Amino acid sequence: MAEEGSIRFAFRLYAAALLCLSIVPAPCKAQATPADAPIVQPGAPGHSNKTLTAATAAGPHREPSEADVKFMQDMIMHHGQAVEMTELLKTRSHNTEVQAIGDRINVSQTDELRYMKQWLQDRGKPLASEHDSMAGMDMSGMDMADMAMMPGMLTPRQMDTLRKSTGSTFDHLFLTGMIQHHTGAVNMVKQLFNTQGAGQDPQLFDFANDVDNTQLAEIDFMQHMLKKEHQ
Amino acid sequence: MIARLTSSFTRSAVITALALSVSFCAAQTTSSVYTNPRAGADDPRIGLKGGLYDAGEAAFGLKRIVSLPKPAGFAPDLAAIAAIDAAPEPAPGAPRAPRPPGPAGPAPYGTTNSDLAFSSTHLFVGNYNGVNFYDISDPAKIKLVTSMVCPGGQGDVSVYGHLLFMSVEAANGRLDCGTQGFPVPAAATPTPAPEPASPAAPGAPVARQRPPLPPPSSDRVKGVRIFDISDISKPKQVADVQTCRGSHTHTLVVDPKDKDNVYIYVSGSAAVRQAEELAGCSGADPSADPDTALFTIVVIKVPLAHPELSKVVNSPKIFTDPASGDVNGLWKGGTHGEGTQTTSATRGCHDITVRSDLGLAAGACSGNGILLNISDPVHPVRLDAVNDPNYAFWHSANFSNDGTKVLFTDEWGGGGQPRCRSTDPMNWGADALFNLKDGKLTLASYYKMPAPQTELENCVAHNGSLIPIPGRDIEVQSWYQGGVSIVDFTDISHPIEIGYFDRGPVDGTRHAMGGQWSTYWYNGYIYGSEIARGVDVFKLVPNKYLTQNEIDAASQVHVAELNVQNQEKFSWPANYVVAHAYIDQLARSNSLDAKQVSSLNAAIAKNKSKELKTMAASLDKDAAAAKSPVDANRMHKLADIIKQGGAPLQASLN
Repeated sequence: MAEEGSIRFAFRLYAAALLCLSIVPAPCKAQATPADAPIVQPGAPGHSNKTLTAATAAGPHREPSEADVKFMQDMIMHHGQAVEMTELLKTRSHNTEVQAIGDRINVSQTDELRYMKQWLQDRGKPLASEHDSMAGMDMSGMDMADMAMMPGMLTPRQMDTLRKSTGSTFDHLFLTGMIQHHTGAVNMVKQLFNTQGAGQDPQLFDFANDVDNTQLAEIDFMQHMLKKEHQ
Repeated sequence: MIARLTSSFTRSAVITALALSVSFCAAQTTSSVYTNPRAGADDPRIGLKGGLYDAGEAAFGLKRIVSLPKPAGFAPDLAAIAAIDAAPEPAPGAPRAPRPPGPAGPAPYGTTNSDLAFSSTHLFVGNYNGVNFYDISDPAKIKLVTSMVCPGGQGDVSVYGHLLFMSVEAANGRLDCGTQGFPVPAAATPTPAPEPASPAAPGAPVARQRPPLPPPSSDRVKGVRIFDISDISKPKQVADVQTCRGSHTHTLVVDPKDKDNVYIYVSGSAAVRQAEELAGCSGADPSADPDTALFTIVVIKVPLAHPELSKVVNSPKIFTDPASGDVNGLWKGGTHGEGTQTTSATRGCHDITVRSDLGLAAGACSGNGILLNISDPVHPVRLDAVNDPNYAFWHSANFSNDGTKVLFTDEWGGGGQPRCRSTDPMNWGADALFNLKDGKLTLASYYKMPAPQTELENCVAHNGSLIPIPGRDIEVQSWYQGGVSIVDFTDISHPIEIGYFDRGPVDGTRHAMGGQWSTYWYNGYIYGSEIARGVDVFKLVPNKYLTQNEIDAASQVHVAELNVQNQEKFSWPANYVVAHAYIDQLARSNSLDAKQVSSLNAAIAKNKSKELKTMAASLDKDAAAAKSPVDANRMHKLADIIKQGGAPLQASLN
């Protein structure tokens, strides 16, 4: 193990050296190689330390949990509907304030869609799960109009009503619909962190926490706008 | 336990707060508030080539003197990156098409470098996978001395004497510093079927789901780890102070009146733990549970003689509305008017910076910037709270050296998103600069790193520290992949950039997390922790905004330790090095003409005390008619120095 580790370590140094030889000299001149320092893993309080090798320091390679992958796949579909809703705003709403919050939601959800797709792609995972599509299912005899795909997502009937409305009716439906939609996303984050073994991927942890922070804030914002409707 | 302490405190805090007449700034109009403009198309930071270790660079007023890549265990996996780069892009419109196998593992760019702390000749670089200790006795030859592996982001660090503190909030933090995390169930995770949304009225509350909770684990740690680093090569974990929301960041608080203890303010923004794992933890709405772990910070007391006995001593409800007693008393989110930014509800603080010498703390607390009286560090009392229509997420704060200004940052997008594009407003994801007078904060201007960045570069305002240039307020600041920007906010109504360093994106073809997390001045050098690339060491170089004399004056300020959130007041020796810095500043602002400058320089060079005393007297007199109060102050300071006369040794330093 130790031998294997040091070989890999040596390879990394070699790779770094190669990079330095082949690329512009200016940045490389200053690029020093890692020093030969001990890698210590402290024990719990009262327990002794361990010494790790370069190979073991990074820890075991861990596949993302099924719940992590499902969270990202579901959230892609979830965000997709929010973007669709904000697109409708451009032609349906005449309220600049509603358009402003819509623009912000559009920016953040579009950025996050890209982020989630890349997260899945980097881990060799499909962008959608099998459950995310009803295609191929026999839905005869089922009324799907009132079924939402994900927590908080608007039902086909709700989306249809939104598409057909304009002006202040649209604004009201947009705000209430987006609050419902965001509340669903916040619950999806809660559910992720309540699933055994989930959320241990640091990037996913940061991302999910930011979704939580951002969408809670946007919910508050939209609730205030709804209150103003009644004033 | 925590809760019981709190309720009695809350009452007294409320009374004191009322007495101090806490104000809550209403929406502020932004039209009159200055925002620095975006840089022009000729800015050298535009169009830099991407790359991990070979990116294009642009610098002004700053010189990168050395960089160390992250060490083994933390470093990028070059083979994995090459494999990702070589893999063909998946065909669009085929979301379930087979993907290339994932060679990357969880982090092709290694584990995330985070905050920095300094002690004597050592630099401590926090990381999601532990902390790396560097020897900086010769900063140009910075050397790794110990890698400490102990996962659990963010790994924010502080150091006090032989104690090292580290923040843990992530889901994989273990008491034993193990890298294995916690087991994922072997069988397929039973994912509850998606619940149909209520077909009732839109906006109706979504039915709560009750997924199976993960079993609580006695191996898990969220909170603050404490290490004994008396032997720098053998850090020893002495205590873990567990908290309900973990520690996203923390702040070392040194009470000048208490020599036996130090304190830690814990800011947590993640989900609240189960009561089964940590007794007393509740994430309920305060109306349902007044002892909720929301709407509070946590205070830890560290007995220096027995750090193993460190414990939570208070959980002050610092957002309480003094009138109603509602603990959710501050900004609850909402609109500030047309076209304004969304603000996060104030459910906790993200980061707090203290000035123990002033008895003040500035808290960046999700939806608010707040000011606390910390004369009694265990019982902080809110003095003021502000919100801002352009602010999404209040992230961190720095005081000016004289304590009359506060620079807050807004981490719009959480740090992972590219928010410095040419389409992103210059007052979103920016610094907000406030005047601080009589315990009240007033918005003066916004500052954002001016060079537009690409879609591939995560960029928003992040951590920075003051550079101790006498006579000026200057901050060196990180902007993730927007690089480093040095801002002069001496004129708080018109902050200007006086230096920068930027690299092209970590990856020139696809988004990869990277960039400067923290960039701090420490004893003559600037150190940056680059998330993906490692540690950078910089030196200031003179330019049209900054002279060598000013840099030399700053370099005279030496501190034994630096924890930026425990901000200490700088002071300068009354010598000619500092005098020359003031002379340069007065010459730059035309408060001294060329003749005055040369005669002052000549008198200092000869060190003629009689002549100098005469000059000092006229400086004091001229100060009354100075072009600005800042210049008047510089003239008085300069006069004070030359009145005393500089020792030859001090003069020769120049």
